Amino acid sequence: MSGLKINNKALAWFDQRLPIISMMHHSGVEYPTPKNLNYWWNFGSLAGFVLVVMILTGIFLVMNYTAHTSLAFNSVERIMRDVNYGWLIRYLHMNGASMFFILVYIHIFRNLYYGSYKAPREVLWWVGIIIFLSMMATAFMGYVLPWGQMSFWGATVITNLFSAFPIVGEPIVTWLWGGFAVDNPTLNRFFSLHYLLPFVIFALVFVHVWALHTVKSNNPLGIDIKTPQDSIPFHPYYTIKDLFGIGVFLMFFLAFVFWAPNFFGEPDNYIPANPMVTPPHIVPEWYFLPFYAILRAVPDKLGGVLLMFGAIIVLFFLPWLDTSKVRSAKFRPLYKQLFWVFFADCIFLGYLGGKPAEGWYVPASQAATVYYFAHFLVIMPLLGKFEKPRALPASISAPVLKGGGAATAGAHAQPMEKA
Amino acid sequence: MRKLIISALVAAGLVAASGAAQAAGGGAPLLTEKWSWEGLFGRYDQAQLRRGYTVFHDVCSNCHSLSLVAYRNLAAVGLTEEEIKTVAAEREIADAPNDEGMVLMRPGRASDKYISPFPNDKAAAAANMGALPPDLSLMAKARLGGPNYIYSLMLGYKDEVPEGAEIPEGKFYNTYFPGHAISMPPQVMDDLVSYADGTAATKEQIAKDITAFLNWAAEPELDERKSLGLKVMIFLAVLTALFYALKRQIWKDVH
Repeated sequence: MSGLKINNKALAWFDQRLPIISMMHHSGVEYPTPKNLNYWWNFGSLAGFVLVVMILTGIFLVMNYTAHTSLAFNSVERIMRDVNYGWLIRYLHMNGASMFFILVYIHIFRNLYYGSYKAPREVLWWVGIIIFLSMMATAFMGYVLPWGQMSFWGATVITNLFSAFPIVGEPIVTWLWGGFAVDNPTLNRFFSLHYLLPFVIFALVFVHVWALHTVKSNNPLGIDIKTPQDSIPFHPYYTIKDLFGIGVFLMFFLAFVFWAPNFFGEPDNYIPANPMVTPPHIVPEWYFLPFYAILRAVPDKLGGVLLMFGAIIVLFFLPWLDTSKVRSAKFRPLYKQLFWVFFADCIFLGYLGGKPAEGWYVPASQAATVYYFAHFLVIMPLLGKFEKPRALPASISAPVLKGGGAATAGAHAQPMEKA
Repeated sequence: MRKLIISALVAAGLVAASGAAQAAGGGAPLLTEKWSWEGLFGRYDQAQLRRGYTVFHDVCSNCHSLSLVAYRNLAAVGLTEEEIKTVAAEREIADAPNDEGMVLMRPGRASDKYISPFPNDKAAAAANMGALPPDLSLMAKARLGGPNYIYSLMLGYKDEVPEGAEIPEGKFYNTYFPGHAISMPPQVMDDLVSYADGTAATKEQIAKDITAFLNWAAEPELDERKSLGLKVMIFLAVLTALFYALKRQIWKDVH
């Protein structure tokens, strides 16, 4: 499977019996990658990097954390105050969660812009959505662990959503809680699952990469690799590019950790959980806000819950809802604009999710929700039929090679952004 | 690359705007002060922490607990070992059962957490007309506006209740408290305490100093955090520049 020649006899012997070395060489060194990937393609590997950071910091946090309603809050504060560099580990983990979502959201929007979800990458896209769902579950349960006011009330509100389902709703909620309210059994099971799920995500990332290496990376032009000139080996070209990306990202990430560690947090979560006192304004973490806005846009509880889940389920069908034959928005003049309208709609939903459900926020949430679904269910199917895409370049190499043919005229892109 | 930088700036702007929008959610705009620990190079002012501790010890600690701070931690605000032992011994705490199984009281030690003025929350509420004085360990992180909120609250009392505001018997009007009716009587006034370092104890000065102390209590790691941050950033800047140079070098033949 690999062009690798192992000179060391012992290693060659081992590799014949378990081809770890040639497999890693095949997928981490040789892997033919389109040579025109821009910096938006850095975010997948960055997300993988953050996953590792989260797992490592999490393991060390668990060494000092106590999952009990009467001890959890103070055990976190002990980490902050008495554990050597505990504040650093905890702030890395806390801000790492927000970073993970920032990177994954950029990764998803990059995917939408360049049409990476289209054939033959549908399964790759599905695995990505499942990773996203797992991340949301993990982040939600992790937020409960410090057992602050927002932990407790966030958990109460979100688990209560399941009570919207007729007949089975109430029993499901009781089953989730392990009792008749969010309490110690809830905290314990969330802790257990919060430790388990990241390893599930890790396995899913492996599957994601497997699928990627089977169908190969998409690229800003959205056309397939046709000749060997179109691709370059992953190492050293993309290993160094990813390392540079990690350096830039770390500076962004650590600026929050060292100078604004509570920027993404809610002050209320520094108040120990109190079932007798409801905070005036219960808000989920920022990365859930667009979905929270969709949930509240519907006057009916069950309708809201279904629509919220539907907002993610619809993504699974996107490869078929999008009827355009062209992948990249670079060659889709209308989609290129509507993509940004959709992006703005998502940001607007996020803004509305952080506001109380009153006044003009309510109709605005409803309008933004309608647009969210219309983008997928109406605009995407119709666009492919009516839009006149620009001419595609003959190959990835064509637009950059001098005199690469008339087809390059439409591609005003800079596929070889040298930064 | 240019596009990416522009996008990053736009994103940063959006995040900042949403943060500002959230911060603006609660009542009257807070009084703001320039705190010594703010900014890239911000550090606590040792003399101020010490003054703030004087205020906490003489005034706040009569009703409020500070349960996450140990007496030994007070070395960071400038107390000597002897002073720490003396302060700790001012209050008593239940000892472990002795050999006869009796639970006796013993004076506090440097290793104890700051001993609460009341044996439990019920006792604390009962002694304060039913209102439980909150623990102050995390106050600077647990309120919107953080230190500015504490500072504003200290100075936000009004003797005359503005028209239209209903303040129940036994409560006080405070401009910055959510709902305005606060159970804590006004505390800060000129010459409430006398500072060992000779600083004039105006009410603004006292409010500033207690705010600094409470911010330290909530974020004792701040000085270490920011100084480590600078070192890490310088290291990362060099490392990333090298990565970038290497990237240019490796990619120079790809067209």
